[in-house]
Amino acid sequence: MIAIIDYGVGNLFSLKSSFAAIGQEVVVTSDADVIRAADRIVLPGVGAFGDAAKKLRESGMAELVIEQAEAGKPILGICLGMQLLFETGYEYGTHKGLGLIPGEIRAIAEVIPEHLKIPHIGWNALRFTKESELFRYLKDGDHVYFVHSYYATNCSDYVIADAEYGAFLTAAVQNKHVYGCQFHPEKSGDVGLSILRAFCEVEV
Amino acid sequence: MITKRIIPCLDVKNGRVVKGVNFEGLSDVSSPVALAKYYSDCGADELVFYDITASAEGRALFTDILCEVAKTIFIPLTVGGGINTVEDFSRVLACGADKVSVNSGAIKNPDLIAQAANRFGDQCVVISADVKRVDGQFRVFAKGGREDTGMEAISWIRRCVENGAGEVVLNSIDTDGVKGGFDLEMLDAVCNAVSVPVIASGGAGKIEDFVTLFQTLPKVDAGLAASIFHFREVAIPELKETLAAHGIPMRR
Repeated sequence: MIAIIDYGVGNLFSLKSSFAAIGQEVVVTSDADVIRAADRIVLPGVGAFGDAAKKLRESGMAELVIEQAEAGKPILGICLGMQLLFETGYEYGTHKGLGLIPGEIRAIAEVIPEHLKIPHIGWNALRFTKESELFRYLKDGDHVYFVHSYYATNCSDYVIADAEYGAFLTAAVQNKHVYGCQFHPEKSGDVGLSILRAFCEVEV
Repeated sequence: MITKRIIPCLDVKNGRVVKGVNFEGLSDVSSPVALAKYYSDCGADELVFYDITASAEGRALFTDILCEVAKTIFIPLTVGGGINTVEDFSRVLACGADKVSVNSGAIKNPDLIAQAANRFGDQCVVISADVKRVDGQFRVFAKGGREDTGMEAISWIRRCVENGAGEVVLNSIDTDGVKGGFDLEMLDAVCNAVSVPVIASGGAGKIEDFVTLFQTLPKVDAGLAASIFHFREVAIPELKETLAAHGIPMRR
């Protein structure tokens, strides 16, 4: 079973539907027992880093995710959920993340040319920088759907894919069984679904 | 590099797609779910659902349909039509919509965009403007293009973006339905006024119109159309292939 963590951030309808579409049993939950019993955990998120990190801590979910990661359970962070896996976020101040992946979250504006629009929104091609079981069904150059204004940096050892938008922006990361996608697999058509399928097949 | 987007628009009334759509191999041509799946399989980059229902029952039916679509199709969905309040945003976002487009609602209530952007984020809010030339000026029209608001369009759109609209759909009433190509002059004016994505709507009649659009105005992010896709005058796979052959970045 897949547990999508519900900590009051964003709308999880499509994410839940996408796992159901690939035949997975999936629940959206904030129940610690359910999350501990799940085979895999998905950490979603939209909005601002500081606000989401606060909600994650206040709901008790931050501790739980760290505990489960340490226990070896596969975890997938999506969009802001990926960013929260890192140590520090610099969106409207300095905020502490979960620290499951070394690195930090900074504004795209710091690295891309001025004429490019922010957020980085739309379909962009993935460039694989490291082999990962997450992309076993993909080929280099497959397109996925992005919506973000901040990106993960100082984490090059953990980047498994990036995407070119005036600069190479971190698109996906992995630290052992902790994975993160900056893009939205649940909005990336068949390519996205096959990433979710691969995550569901990662050996526990 | 970000690809240019091709977006079919479906008008839905009482839970069914209006404007007769005729596709081989589609048993139910007015089912929003079947059509959405068809377009997604064809390579559409995003879908727009426009709710043209007037009644409350029709509205409820629309959200049911939207949920069905979002359970089946995993590409970005934009919803428009009858969006007048922040609650309307919540209603469709809860059903799997990613973006919500406002038109008359933002004209009636100038605070709507800011309220929605604060609550759901700029990326969620799309300003859809129906614009027509009147006395040498670009004017915003309301009520599906029937009513001249008297407002100058470029400054209106700029204001909407300043208030938090994260994307602009520009529908030129002057070129809409004419099939003589997109309104490049009007689009250029809007692209120069805002720094958020601009989606061109109104006027596409053939593949070359999209080529001209993206080659002439590299700042335009997407092309939207309805009947030329519904009536197969333009097939999306062929359209995307041709655009790619012209060096325009496409998702394939």
